[in-house]
Amino acid sequence: MALTREEVEHVALLSRLEFGEGEIERFTEQLNSILEHFTALQEADTSQISATTHVVPMLNVLRDDEARPSCTPDEALQNAPERSDDFFKVPRVVE
Amino acid sequence: MGLHSAMPDLHTLTAHAAHELLVTKAISARELLDAVYARIDAVDERVHSYVLLMREQADAVSARVDAKIAAGESIGPLEGIPLALKDILCTQGIPTTCCSRVLEGFVPPYDATVVRRLDDAGVVTVGKTNMDEFAMGSSTENSAFGPSRNPWDLARVPGGSSGGSASAIGADEALIALGTDTGGSIRQPAAYCGVVGMKPTYGRVSRYGLIAFASSLDQIGPITKDVRDAALLMNAIGGPDPCDSTCYPEPAPDFTEKLGRDITGMKIGVPREFFSQEGVQVDPGVAEAVHAALRVLEAQGAIVEECSLPNVRFSLPIYYIIAPAEASSNLARYDGVEFGYRAPGTRDIVSMMTDTRDAGFGMEVKRRIMLGTYALSSGYYDAYYLKASQVRTLIRQDFERAFAQYDVLVTPTAPTVAFPLGAKVDDPMQMYLNDICTIPINMAGVPSISVPCGYDQGLPVGLQFITAHWDETTLLQAAYAYEQATGWSRRAIDEIERVTMAG
Repeated sequence: MALTREEVEHVALLSRLEFGEGEIERFTEQLNSILEHFTALQEADTSQISATTHVVPMLNVLRDDEARPSCTPDEALQNAPERSDDFFKVPRVVE
Repeated sequence: MGLHSAMPDLHTLTAHAAHELLVTKAISARELLDAVYARIDAVDERVHSYVLLMREQADAVSARVDAKIAAGESIGPLEGIPLALKDILCTQGIPTTCCSRVLEGFVPPYDATVVRRLDDAGVVTVGKTNMDEFAMGSSTENSAFGPSRNPWDLARVPGGSSGGSASAIGADEALIALGTDTGGSIRQPAAYCGVVGMKPTYGRVSRYGLIAFASSLDQIGPITKDVRDAALLMNAIGGPDPCDSTCYPEPAPDFTEKLGRDITGMKIGVPREFFSQEGVQVDPGVAEAVHAALRVLEAQGAIVEECSLPNVRFSLPIYYIIAPAEASSNLARYDGVEFGYRAPGTRDIVSMMTDTRDAGFGMEVKRRIMLGTYALSSGYYDAYYLKASQVRTLIRQDFERAFAQYDVLVTPTAPTVAFPLGAKVDDPMQMYLNDICTIPINMAGVPSISVPCGYDQGLPVGLQFITAHWDETTLLQAAYAYEQATGWSRRAIDEIERVTMAG
């Protein structure tokens, strides 16, 4: 299933990435060459096989719900490109 | 060297040799650190292992160690030992970049668990090392700071993604280092630079504060000059951590426990798929070095047999589905809102995020985000991500079957020796194929280690040992037995000297 230029543009939008004219072409070509190698997977019979999403069978680790020190607002905001009081500031989202 | 005329150059020492000299007061932690910084001053302009030096902090830690020694207190095995830290591990108050523009200006508000543990062990962190952006790459050519160089030949790559940590150890710019390994990023650069690199069992070392690439594969591990140092560094960083729910809750063993034990009767399997697969052939010189190594292991009493892991041939395609899928999700957080770089002058939120990511990420990172987003997108999820996760089960089962029969598996670490800079940057698939021997191990989550096993075309070759989940002590036992029998790890210091000091 070869990727079309339109699909690459759609995936770029989903990924919040942007590509110039020549880049889109080059990307479509490169991604298709990579996807070609994926077709080998069709040879693997997985009809009776469950998925491995995690190699070590472990359950969630839970701790008691006790209050303990955490980041202060200033620490949490120290890396913000822009802040306003105790908030991260971004361009207007709602008109 | 004046008073210490019989003393080797201090920067060339292993950690355990330096420790002996520290406890007998033959040297001070200060002298050791000065020697390492002098070495960095002399060679790093050419090798480019480091992206940040931490001289002030390092001086303070080594002074504390010297004060302890002077007061007659005992010191731990890594106390006062200079270490190079991959710049993917969060250091409180010290910039952490992942060698990406998108993390420009980011100063972590907390330490990674391993960083905290190194501090507790009195290790002296010298600086932070170069890497492929977000650990995506096999050559360090994807670093926003420019590539590192191989200390054996400056026109060649050191491997990647932990290339700076491996070149730092290869060029004696630190005694020990930490790297991270998602598909071979510790072991392949270790092989290329002629040093030791170990990826522990997934879950053995806490990932808290490790900037995520592919969360089900990432693991932190040592890059060192010999196997004993790798075991000592594992002792410092391994074990349970309440901050990482994927970290194994059982206490870690003493990783030095089996070093020096006889390997008579040890059963070693040699999976043929690691030498030859459709589309990839291990270079004859590399295969020759590995076969010679197997004869050394046999001469020590190990039983060596060929075996097969048939599903390993699917490793590369499933890696390039699973890792980008996880990465596309993990890297969604770099949107210019909470930390790092934000593109200036944008009016609405979507263009702010898009412009930030466009300027902040390099080509390989964008390629993998695209690949991963596609593999997870509606209509393709079953064909790609689900299918890959099922095939991953088959690979895991192959390893389980092999370890029911063998104590250890032995393979080449990479199909070639270090390649020239620029040789593969324009062909992503050629770059990916280089990881064919290391990726299956991350897929199964088992531990493995690369140790030097000779040369091809004058460049170091890596030998990879693999054991079952949680059996790092047998892994280290086998690697140590091989290393002690051959001495490749007592490297050609003169050759490195010739290359790295040449103007």
